[in-house]
Amino acid sequence: MARAVKNKQKIINTVAAWGIGLLIFFPVLWTILTSFKTEAQAIADPPVFLFFDWTLENYAIVQERSDYMRYLWNSVIIAGVSTLVGIVVAVPAAWSMAFVPSKRTKDVLLWMLSTKMLPAVGVLYPIYLIFIQLGLLDTRTGLVIVMMLINLPIIVWMLYTYFREIPGEILEAARMDGASLRDEILYVLTPMAVPGIASTILLNFILAWNEAFWTLNLTAAKAGPLTAFIASYSSPEGLFYAKLSAASTMAIAPILILGWFSQKQLVRGLTFGAVK
Amino acid sequence: MGHIVLENVEKSFGEVTVIPPLNLEMEDGEFVVFVGPSGCGKSTLLRLIAGLEDVTGGTIRIDGQDATAVPPAKRGLAMVFQSYALYPHMTVRKNITFPLRMAKLDQAEQKRRVEQAAAVLNLTEYLDRRPGQLSGGQRQRVAIGRAIVREPSAFLFDEPLSNLDAALRVGMRLEISELHERLKTTMIYVTHDQVEAMTMADKIVVLQAGRIEQVGSPLELYRTPRNRFVAGFIGSPKMNFLEGPEARKHDAQTIGIRPEHITPSSSEGTWKGRVGVAEHLGSDTFFHVHMEECAEPVTVRSGGEVDMHHGDTIYLTPDVEQIHRFDDQGLRIG
Repeated sequence: MARAVKNKQKIINTVAAWGIGLLIFFPVLWTILTSFKTEAQAIADPPVFLFFDWTLENYAIVQERSDYMRYLWNSVIIAGVSTLVGIVVAVPAAWSMAFVPSKRTKDVLLWMLSTKMLPAVGVLYPIYLIFIQLGLLDTRTGLVIVMMLINLPIIVWMLYTYFREIPGEILEAARMDGASLRDEILYVLTPMAVPGIASTILLNFILAWNEAFWTLNLTAAKAGPLTAFIASYSSPEGLFYAKLSAASTMAIAPILILGWFSQKQLVRGLTFGAVK
Repeated sequence: MGHIVLENVEKSFGEVTVIPPLNLEMEDGEFVVFVGPSGCGKSTLLRLIAGLEDVTGGTIRIDGQDATAVPPAKRGLAMVFQSYALYPHMTVRKNITFPLRMAKLDQAEQKRRVEQAAAVLNLTEYLDRRPGQLSGGQRQRVAIGRAIVREPSAFLFDEPLSNLDAALRVGMRLEISELHERLKTTMIYVTHDQVEAMTMADKIVVLQAGRIEQVGSPLELYRTPRNRFVAGFIGSPKMNFLEGPEARKHDAQTIGIRPEHITPSSSEGTWKGRVGVAEHLGSDTFFHVHMEECAEPVTVRSGGEVDMHHGDTIYLTPDVEQIHRFDDQGLRIG
């Protein structure tokens, strides 16, 4: 009897989980479906779900009008370089907070997090002016710097929580074995924290990839990543849902595939790391 | 090589003084054991010598050089930790090679030393395994291997056997003692187990609340403990303490007598009591005897099998020569 109840409960849970999952995924699914419709079908009322004339026309037009590869490359550079630079800066910072904490460590961590509480638009004006002064507007370098800085608190927090799980005695053993601080971080701490560092990299790559506020405000044609690519189809063109959907699908495809392949790592990172 | 001197070394964490200023000298080649109850500061003292903690005051000299401000990596000491602290992502070979790699020794010499250490410690067939695939005793041997390849001027052991089961502990104790015989290198060993201290040490340092209570060879501490604390801590089972009229007979506040210095009898003796618990070990028999004169049961050791049981009347005769006398401060008299 107990077993039957358990199974019933399990079925309910599974159905509920799938229901919620599909509900969350539905907008993405709808975008992908719309991208294969004609413009007329895309705005049809009542909407058509699966039974329409499947076409790749939108993709062809989007690719013809704008250079997808250039935007993709910008996204890869901005997300990739900002994440890597962030990691290089954050590992020593997280090391010191996790292994040689001072009275103020908790305050520093909270202060770092507090920078994420300010709405980004609050600092848009000064940053925009600084970018003009330094000639960084619409450059990948400028975006790499901004992206690295806005994600740094999260990277440090995540690495800090990972490093805290590593027993301090192992690092002390390395010190007794003659390792310098550099050797200790490079040969002992980092290899032991690889799972944590990998999920931090992954999460931050995704965050940087999807970041739209700064990329839209600080770039134009030259350094624009995929977010700018999507945006270029939204406003000036009027009601072109199908093409906008095709552009969106092309923009989210790489990160979706990356996320699919690394979901195990990502889930571990999210549950075990910063969001514990 | 391996002559370590502590001069007025003290340590505080914030307001809390863990170790008030103390002086201690460890001769080259000596096996020194720091022993004391939990929280007595013995591990902190070891970590000060290692350089893993900074002293609050005083000087640490290693082979005549002032090492107080020298980082741990440069002190030429090797340490074996209670948790083994092996590098989990490296094979046994890489773990043992690590200090040599850090010292930038050439490849051939690294290989030679690692293989030699592995042979000494019976680790040769495990060299390509990872620490996670080894038993506790094997892990501890890897940790020791990692320490000996450096050929340090002294070894520091921080309760290295307390994570092992009882049988393994006895075996490793012998291995470490043999290692000391072979290497003749200074070893400083921290433990809360007085049996380890008695069996391994050339010199025992008994600590309590960061203070040194007594320094001496195992038998010195056994025969002439300087105070009640050392008397009660060294020796197993513990020394019996009697106060009141019995102690006054010997002109003392307290007298102490070890279980092995009392002869039990079923017919006659100085003291009369009743057997509480009798522990028959075969080789020995321990009686916990309740006497009217004292609140605590008196422990008595008798060699071999003695046919006395719970509730029996027992007579005890202490060996007067072996009675330790303490004054009202707990200090030894005479």
